[in-house]
Amino acid sequence: MSTQTITAAPAKPRTLVDMNWDPITRIVGSLGIYTKIDFANKEVAECYSTSSIFRGYSIFMKGKDPRDAHFITSRICGICGDNHATCAMYAQNMAFGIRPPNMAEWIVNLGEAAEYMFDHNIFQDNLVGVDFCEQMVKETNPGVWDKAQRTEAPHAKDHGYKTIADIMTALNPFTGEFYRETLQVSRYTREMFCLMEGRHVHPSTLYPGGVGTVPTVQLFTDYLVRLMRYVEFMKKVVPLHDDLFDFFYEALPGYEKVGQRRILLGCWGSFNDPYACDYKYENMNAWGNKMFVTPGVVVDGKLVTTDLVDINLGIRILLGSSYYDDWQNEPKFVDKDPLGNPVDQRHPWNQTTVPRPQKRDFNGNYTWVMSPRWYHEGEPGDKKYLALDTGGGPIARFWATALAGKVDIGYVKATGHSVKIYLPQTAMKPEVEFEWKIPKWSNAIERDRARTYFQAYAAACALYFCEQALKELHAGNTKTWTEFKVPDEAIGCGFHEAVRGVLSHHVVIREGKIANYHPYPPTPWNANPRDIYGTPGPYEDAVQNTPIFEENGPDKFKGIDIMRAVRSFDPCLPCGVHMYLGNGKVLETNHSPMFGMMK
Amino acid sequence: MPKPIKEIDILWITAGLGCDGDTIAITAATQPSLEDILMGGIPGIPKVNFHNPFLAYENGAEFVAFFERAAEGQIEPFILVIEGSIPNEEIKSEGYWAAFGTNSDTGQPITTNEWIDRLAPKAWAVVAAGTCATYGGIHAMAGNPTGAMGLADYLGWAWKSKAGIPIVCVPGCPVQPDNFMETLLYLLFQSTGRAPMIPLDEALRPTWLFGQTVHEGCDRGGYYEQAEFDEQYGSRKCIVKLGCWGPVVQCNVGKRGWMGGIGGCPNVGGICIGCTMPGFPDKFMPFMNQPPGSLLSSHAVMTYGRAIHALRRFTQASLNKEPSWRKPGPELTSGYSE
Ligand code: SF4
Ligand code: SF4
Repeated sequence: MSTQTITAAPAKPRTLVDMNWDPITRIVGSLGIYTKIDFANKEVAECYSTSSIFRGYSIFMKGKDPRDAHFITSRICGICGDNHATCAMYAQNMAFGIRPPNMAEWIVNLGEAAEYMFDHNIFQDNLVGVDFCEQMVKETNPGVWDKAQRTEAPHAKDHGYKTIADIMTALNPFTGEFYRETLQVSRYTREMFCLMEGRHVHPSTLYPGGVGTVPTVQLFTDYLVRLMRYVEFMKKVVPLHDDLFDFFYEALPGYEKVGQRRILLGCWGSFNDPYACDYKYENMNAWGNKMFVTPGVVVDGKLVTTDLVDINLGIRILLGSSYYDDWQNEPKFVDKDPLGNPVDQRHPWNQTTVPRPQKRDFNGNYTWVMSPRWYHEGEPGDKKYLALDTGGGPIARFWATALAGKVDIGYVKATGHSVKIYLPQTAMKPEVEFEWKIPKWSNAIERDRARTYFQAYAAACALYFCEQALKELHAGNTKTWTEFKVPDEAIGCGFHEAVRGVLSHHVVIREGKIANYHPYPPTPWNANPRDIYGTPGPYEDAVQNTPIFEENGPDKFKGIDIMRAVRSFDPCLPCGVHMYLGNGKVLETNHSPMFGMMK
Repeated sequence: MPKPIKEIDILWITAGLGCDGDTIAITAATQPSLEDILMGGIPGIPKVNFHNPFLAYENGAEFVAFFERAAEGQIEPFILVIEGSIPNEEIKSEGYWAAFGTNSDTGQPITTNEWIDRLAPKAWAVVAAGTCATYGGIHAMAGNPTGAMGLADYLGWAWKSKAGIPIVCVPGCPVQPDNFMETLLYLLFQSTGRAPMIPLDEALRPTWLFGQTVHEGCDRGGYYEQAEFDEQYGSRKCIVKLGCWGPVVQCNVGKRGWMGGIGGCPNVGGICIGCTMPGFPDKFMPFMNQPPGSLLSSHAVMTYGRAIHALRRFTQASLNKEPSWRKPGPELTSGYSE
């Protein structure tokens, strides 16, 4: 197996400038990125990512009632809390040995689909989009702005913007027309969410065993009419982003290197199929493979597994540069999984979290994020603890789903090398078929592009779920909840795709109470620091050696290429990090550039 | 009467122990929306400059600069919004629980608490957004390692801004979108002299939003009255037996819904877990148990109206109090031990 070399040796002698961005804005939570930039060679030489908050979920959940887990863990994240609640509910279902009625699963799938539609939409066009807006491009690459004004948008007839510059203007914060439209879209998609799960972002109607939502004709009608508005919106949004992203490759040759890293992607699967999923660990491989987003690990473009049991057993939590005590010598909670496979001491089921606040030291410990890795034997000589990333979610979901070639529900189809999305006729636009094709790189632009396509994918899946739910309703199957008893001793795990990527919850129940609980959301996977083997985390890796295309020198440097690289992962720091890039202190000369109004 | 304010900055710190859910919530608001306020869409309010990391154009130090300038008295007047619970940084010898930006002299993170200490005395008004910031919330539950508390615990319940405004608490986990934006709008009207001092209850909540119980606004109240109680989630009847605390919780979500009148809690089949209350979450857990006392109140509902009312007041008083460990000082009493 090969590792891609992303940059050649520097051509000019290195002069490294310390730069930090702390906090990185337009993401959820506090993340700092700390880099050393080589302006002569126009690249980032070193990058550290650091997180600035610690809350202690795994600690205060101990001893609590296991039925409360989904209410509590929802509060881990303010933009995708429902993904946590859902994942916790999956883990509860396994631990309690229950299977919710079909109707409940369709309702949850509809809620989660709405979450993807909302969250990717607001992030892409109100946060990431600003990095591509007129104001930003003018300030960072005036040359690119000139070209954008002269470049006709190839899909102008689909989205209505004549030139690439027109798209960029429409993305200006608040004054841009498309920016305001997407803000509005983020609202009706959240209404769709609230129809199914009660409240955004911490749901009120999810429970172990099902939902409290009352399935009625009105419920699904209210959802469907909003969904069709979104479907129509997608017919404009996908071509708009294709035009914008393709333009960057064209205007800045070499832009594919921005945020590029080795193809090491993880997806834990999303949207359970109620006909297949019985929440039994023993059958997890079978029902995992029936999910409407296929779980999988992709290494160097090859699909290594789609088996959730493999995925589960491979998870390792390494310390490295984070503020915690080790638990290598603490007692084990789970020795063997229900199939008899050994469970590692460094697996989340066996983790013990002991925080140790300390001074931040970039040569030692510098963050509150631990380093999750996925253990894989691979070829002799390969690294065994893979620093998988999620690419912000969609790119990994598509890559795994496309290669696995299992999903085929009419509205979406995985072909083995691509994913097809079919959107029916809407009020103003004819039917459309989009195809997400496996890209050449795992880089910033392709992460962003996949996000747009996944919005369409989620909408297409929702059309299917809506039909299935209505079928159940028409057949009179309106039960939404299965009764249960909390066992004295049990273990459970839940796998899901949070909006930004892999999500797992692991619970151990003893004497009817939570004895251990460890959620692993996407951001720890993406934003983690160097581990004990010195392997940098994915952000660090992707930013390091990112070439600099920005036209500004150190004194006016905005770090736009770094920001595009980092934001392509859709950082969400409540679950993890804080990135840090200095205020322009030059290490080797006395030249002292400044940032805007900083002293 | 102070001079009407013509222009005001809103400095929003999300770096408490939170989830950013309240910031996300306000992007959902439509009554009024963020655009309404920021683009001059409402008459009678000042020009508003908004600084929230989630929606900021600026980045890193450029963004922090607004906060630095405000702390130095160069931005005047401003409203400080705090989101997330306030950790207790006194209970450990070094490091940080929550931080925002970096101190250029030491290279160490600037703690959120230090920002509050520097900014609160200069603010025209201080608003706590969401239950974490108001009363501690989830991150302040029993067994927590950070000593988390609410802003009023940290600054003092009697604290007043230099304009004489108490801390304004808009609880909710997360905050109901329009509840927050409506409160903000009220303050903006107050700043131009178009509204009197904002009316707050003893837990510092706007009275017009939090004066009623969930139950008083719940559209399942008819079933409660007929003593028709669900034993299974997913039907239309009253869910008090399944864990709804609506009868004693002060919140308007049962009536207002979550956004655009859609969603909510008991009105759409979700038990009320008391997320707006100072006693949240500890006094409501385990959430899925029937609230103590509600059995009596539900059986007796038709005959014992008065007695129940008194009983409820009693429970409500206790739920309106935070657990004792949410307080500043060098000692952690949440029950956490390594
Ligand atoms: S569901 Fe809750 S708030 Fe609604 S009537 Fe019943 S007890 Fe009251
Ligand atoms: S009804 Fe209860 S759970 Fe729902 S928002 Fe209000 S206080 Fe929170």
